[in-house]
Amino acid sequence: MTTDIRSTSWVNTNHPAPAQKPPATEVGVLGWLRTNLFSGIGNSLLTVVTLVALYFIVTNVVRWLLGAFWEPIWVNRKLFAVGQYPLEQLWQPAIVLLMVSLLFGLSAGRWGNIMRNLGIGLGALLLALALIPIGLQAQMVMAASLALLVIGYFIGVRVAISSRWLALAWVLSLPATFVILLGGVNLPTLGVTWNFAPLVESNLWGGLMLTMLLAVVGIALSFPIGVLLALGRRSNLPVVKVFCVGYIELIRGVPLITLLFMGMTMLPLFLPSTWGNPSQLVRAMTAITLFSAAYLAENVRGGLQAIPKGQYEAADALGFSGFDKLRFIILPQALTKVIPAIVGQFIGLFKDTSLASLVGLLELVAVGKAVIQQPAWMGVTGGVAKEVYIFIALVFFIFSFGMSFASRKLESKLGFGKR
Amino acid sequence: MAGHAEDADIIVAKNVNKWYGEFHALKNVSLTVKRREVVVIIGPSGSGKSTFIRTINRLEEHQSGDIVVDGIPLTRDVRNIEAIRMETGMVFQQFNLFPHLTVMQNITLAPIHVRKMKKQEAEARAMQLLERVGIPEQAHKYPGQLSGGQQQRVAIARALAMQPKIMLFDEPTSALDPEMIREVLEVMEELAESGMTMVVVTHEMGFAKGVADRIVFMDSGEIVEIGAPAHFFTNPQHDRTKLFLQQILK
Ligand SMILES: Nc1ncnc2c1ncn2[C@@H]1O[C@H](COP(=O)(O)OP(=O)(O)O)[C@@H](O)[C@H]1O
Ligand SMILES: [Mg+2]
Repeated sequence: MTTDIRSTSWVNTNHPAPAQKPPATEVGVLGWLRTNLFSGIGNSLLTVVTLVALYFIVTNVVRWLLGAFWEPIWVNRKLFAVGQYPLEQLWQPAIVLLMVSLLFGLSAGRWGNIMRNLGIGLGALLLALALIPIGLQAQMVMAASLALLVIGYFIGVRVAISSRWLALAWVLSLPATFVILLGGVNLPTLGVTWNFAPLVESNLWGGLMLTMLLAVVGIALSFPIGVLLALGRRSNLPVVKVFCVGYIELIRGVPLITLLFMGMTMLPLFLPSTWGNPSQLVRAMTAITLFSAAYLAENVRGGLQAIPKGQYEAADALGFSGFDKLRFIILPQALTKVIPAIVGQFIGLFKDTSLASLVGLLELVAVGKAVIQQPAWMGVTGGVAKEVYIFIALVFFIFSFGMSFASRKLESKLGFGKR
Repeated sequence: MAGHAEDADIIVAKNVNKWYGEFHALKNVSLTVKRREVVVIIGPSGSGKSTFIRTINRLEEHQSGDIVVDGIPLTRDVRNIEAIRMETGMVFQQFNLFPHLTVMQNITLAPIHVRKMKKQEAEARAMQLLERVGIPEQAHKYPGQLSGGQQQRVAIARALAMQPKIMLFDEPTSALDPEMIREVLEVMEELAESGMTMVVVTHEMGFAKGVADRIVFMDSGEIVEIGAPAHFFTNPQHDRTKLFLQQILK
């Protein structure tokens, strides 16, 4: 029914009209192909060229992969996982894995969202490692971790655990990890030495475990510093403001590798001499934390800027003090807004920790270099560098892609129950 | 410094001046509001209505003149400012609810942390207030899940939860769809009947005529005319008032 546009009044007697199906060409496989790949000559040509190129690349890669020599990686799987950590004490990293799996499970059940996505990723990884014959004990640890992850999830869903306690557990898990891996506490300067197992000095920690530890510590410790820097940058006190802006810009203007080298050579100059000689690991972590804090501050600043003026005014009108206003109203909103950015920053940091291999830490890349040099592979023509680096790249990719995928749908979900 | 309960005048503003840079936004504004009085401020956009009521609870700082709220002089002293803010509730055009908190948490946050009320007591009082504004069933939703009218009623309940002596409203219905204006005005009418002292900036002339004790007309940062609704609408004195009323009452 068409509108008679010449008359001044008109009634649509057909209303409501039934909905109709879209034209056939826009739906189905053919419709999809037509609109997406073959709309016009230029697009069709591009599609064909891309497909041909893809064919040659994939066949060549597959041929190389099938003929490649994967033994160095398989033989050194323990080295890639935990470095030179003593074999007979591997139950200590195992406990850390169990603890983290449980926490992930509980958080996935309690908080859902990105935690659930990350939990699913971790679960898939644990399942794969439990099934691949990497060694009976290791497989059992993986299976037990998976079980804790699942159990934790159901507990988290059913039981209303206090978010505050769960967050506190996460915070405490970090020092706990250090104590468990070290086998005790060893702070001679404070007069504290206690151990439940032979001490495993941090220069023996390595592989993926060390890579993870560097990235997690970097983000976790830089978080409070970054928040303070972001707040300081908005301060009315010129001294505070100048210090924060100066710090942020200085650090962001310097590559991480120079900070790592400075940490190695200069850190003792800034510490009281009674503190002795910090380990390589502590030096690297200090550099990474100070580096990460500057970027975190900028992310948090973005979140703070996104809070409308009305939120401050409502808080003021209700009589909140400046501190309570930040604590209850501004920061919770600002920080939730920047979670995706912080996840992105974590992924970047996770990859950047490979630079620590240049200052003597045996993380994933350094383990790779060591494996390539092993005498066992001297006779292999062309060496084993290709396989080793592809494997390392794959490990980085799996974790980075998994994390970025987990946080992808986050932004829309954080709309606080939008209608 | 404590408020004088006998004193009939709860807000006294004398020769208040405010500049934004070079721009003179409030020019010698003087107004006295009595306890239990409902004062409606009207005037064209940009005339300084918002600026004026926001100086009363120090969301804006005035540069000269005196403001005394319930016997407390409004000075730079943070203690005075906080005392005055405890006595005055404010409702904004854009609601300004806290989106990360449920309706219940929005209402109880300030009583618990500013008034140091027990959580249980604060929640019980919040439920009473939600019933008063007609939406007890929404207590555990987030603001983003409510209609505009419901959000504004939550905002009113949130302000009332601090047990203020004065309520300031800055165009509380201007951001609402027409069918929701009524429900908010009804809550405000009930509040006025209960004896709350109210200063209301609004364009709702029906509300002004029906509820206000006095109408204040502002233009270019000045109070032009003050009158009881009966005289104000039928017999405005100043030419500027007449012109304004002609424009809006067409
Ligand atoms: N933060 C500000 N900075 C500069 N000018 C402002 C600011 N706030 C308000 N003004 C100006 O002050 C005048 C009065 O504003 P306002 O009180 O909001 O008017 P009303 O509420 O009557 O519409 C307007 O001309 C406005 O542009
Ligand atoms: Mg206004």
